[in-house]
Amino acid sequence: MAVRLVQRPGPAASLVIRGARVLDPLAGIDEVRDLVVRDGVIGGDPDGLEVVEAEGRLVVPGFVDPHVHLRTPGREDLEDIATGTRAAAAGGFVTIVAMPNTSPVVDTAAVLGALLERGEQEAAVRVGFLAAITVGQEGRELTEQAELAELGAVGFSDDGHPVADAEVMRRALQYQRITGLPLVLHEEDPSLSGRGVAHEGAVASRLGLQGIPSISESVAVARDAALAEYEGGWIHICHVSASETVEEIRRARARGVRVTGEASPHHLTLTDEAIASLDPARHKMNPPLREESDRLALVAALADGTIDCVATDHAPHDADEKEVPFEEAPFGITGLETAFAVCNTHLVETGALPLATLVRRMGADAAGVLGLPAPSLADGAVADVALIDPAARVVVGHEPFQSKSRNSAWLGEELRGRVELTIAGGRIAWRR
Amino acid sequence: MSRRSLLTIADLDRAEIARILRVGNRFAEVMERDIKKVPTLRGRTIINMFFEASTRTSTSFELAGKRLSADVVNVKGSGSSVEKGETLKDTVITLSSYLPDVIVIRHQSVGACQMAARYTDAAVINAGDGKHEHPTQTLLDLYTIEREVGPLDGLHVAFVGDVAHSRVARSGVRGFQTMGARVSLIGPPTLLPRDAEAALGVTTSTDVRDIADADVVYVLRMQLERMGPGGFVPSLREYAMTYGINHARLRPGQRVMHAGPINRGVEISGELADDPATLIERQAANGMVVRMAVLYDLLAGPAGSTEPAGAPIGAVAV
Repeated sequence: MAVRLVQRPGPAASLVIRGARVLDPLAGIDEVRDLVVRDGVIGGDPDGLEVVEAEGRLVVPGFVDPHVHLRTPGREDLEDIATGTRAAAAGGFVTIVAMPNTSPVVDTAAVLGALLERGEQEAAVRVGFLAAITVGQEGRELTEQAELAELGAVGFSDDGHPVADAEVMRRALQYQRITGLPLVLHEEDPSLSGRGVAHEGAVASRLGLQGIPSISESVAVARDAALAEYEGGWIHICHVSASETVEEIRRARARGVRVTGEASPHHLTLTDEAIASLDPARHKMNPPLREESDRLALVAALADGTIDCVATDHAPHDADEKEVPFEEAPFGITGLETAFAVCNTHLVETGALPLATLVRRMGADAAGVLGLPAPSLADGAVADVALIDPAARVVVGHEPFQSKSRNSAWLGEELRGRVELTIAGGRIAWRR
Repeated sequence: MSRRSLLTIADLDRAEIARILRVGNRFAEVMERDIKKVPTLRGRTIINMFFEASTRTSTSFELAGKRLSADVVNVKGSGSSVEKGETLKDTVITLSSYLPDVIVIRHQSVGACQMAARYTDAAVINAGDGKHEHPTQTLLDLYTIEREVGPLDGLHVAFVGDVAHSRVARSGVRGFQTMGARVSLIGPPTLLPRDAEAALGVTTSTDVRDIADADVVYVLRMQLERMGPGGFVPSLREYAMTYGINHARLRPGQRVMHAGPINRGVEISGELADDPATLIERQAANGMVVRMAVLYDLLAGPAGSTEPAGAPIGAVAV
């Protein structure tokens, strides 16, 4: 069984990026020099290649996003594989993994096979697909996981919904011994989160919004870590939002459980104070934006590796869906195009996170959580490269989004960091 | 009023609230006349959009507009385009094309009025959005206390009961505090919002005996329709025994308020509800004049300037 990452065919990139700061923390590279890409591979003879002048710029291994919603099949009006992967390329991503909560749900080989075919025709960057853990993501029967794994699923997830039944989760963990693939978990105890629409805390109390308590997430993680420990499983925790969850991951890892976690740029940089404007297009997401103490715990956990990586949870919605009262709007914001700039502006430039750590958490470590190959700038590696102007000022939304949707928390905000060139899988995927 | 809309009580500072209450006093005098109508807002158009059931608020807004001689149109959620699937945004845009001066909105969802205000040039008045706010209720409560009890400064107001589901309490806390009152929240732990002390700057208690120190006991309705399945209290019987307000729980001189409608025998005893010493009936009566004052302030009273003088209002009565 082998995971399949697919991409549209195209000519191999050949160019020299001249004079940039080349930074690959995993390969131990951090120096100002030229980077040669010849025939889609790092290194080789620079003679006769196009030269890209890049003084003051940053060259890093391209980013990997283990958590993206491409809305395909079913809601191609919000996003399709072509636009979603173009948005990814514009954000410096070279590999993204799409969630299966589509319509229909990716819960059969037929649907997965069709998506892989479309990806081969449309995808600007490498794209892989998760299949559902349970049929229809209804939390009752397991999908045909051996067959889905055979076809190339990256892993299994009911994202958008928790697997509420502990016994079903336990069986999925047992079945993992056949597939060898990770279970990617949306952690929420629905009996605690109920009809909540915002973090349960002072801001929701003031606004009269039904709360989603942080323990709704952490008790679910505690349960699944215990089940994974019992069954010897491999789990990855999606969009960690609460300090209690960070503690649960730490405790489980100390016991030897194979558990990883991701955090989104918005949970790392925003708090529930942002929802006071009651604008759901910008600030309504699940899990919700939490308190400053949670945010600080996430940043510390990302720094020390308890949270392994940044994942955008890119969730496109159109304006009509979001132009309703806050309580009635769907959850989710977009994130692929702004992820680096948000983290660069609000974490690196504030001194909260070293640039090298961010690059690693968005690249090699993000690939590692799903067992994907890490992008690398070492000689001989397939070219997965992002060329970034880290000081460029960008007002979000002033240039058209590549995504079909523009429900961004940072719309109209000035960020620093612009991706100028992305080479994914040896092919030029984005060039400003 | 410095803003054109009244979305939350926080849109008003102390001076603005005081001005509205003074204007309310002037209109109260008008209501004592044989002909209770003035031409103040003649030619102005007010649309009342009530997406949620309401009797007292919708009636008092309608009468307030009519007694100011405005043209008032009422739109209900049921039987309207909304029932045919039209979104709130489209309804607001459509009704705005008729160029109303004011749109009054009651809606079941938090954020409805904020959203509507983004799509209309009319002034938006929040007449209750979900569990969020009900600013004109607070203004009429403030008006009632000032008239019946005295200045708010230094008073202690205790809200008792279902705070979690109460927009009356959420607006009330803020409004009473703005006018100098001290506020406490008392109720079962399941019906007190999390972090309420930090969120609202109040004290909280689960012991109903802590109403002893309050000058005004504001009884909140048990909003069973908002609670959904699961039960926030073991039973209404037990709730009435533990938190229901009756004569025995009060000390002499304490005044009792309730925004209505009342669940008799649940949060308040029938005997107490009927006691003329409570302010419940005064609250209802004052609702209309306070809403007249709000409409006047939004449409005829340039921010921070004139108040209707007694004589002109009377002189031009029709």
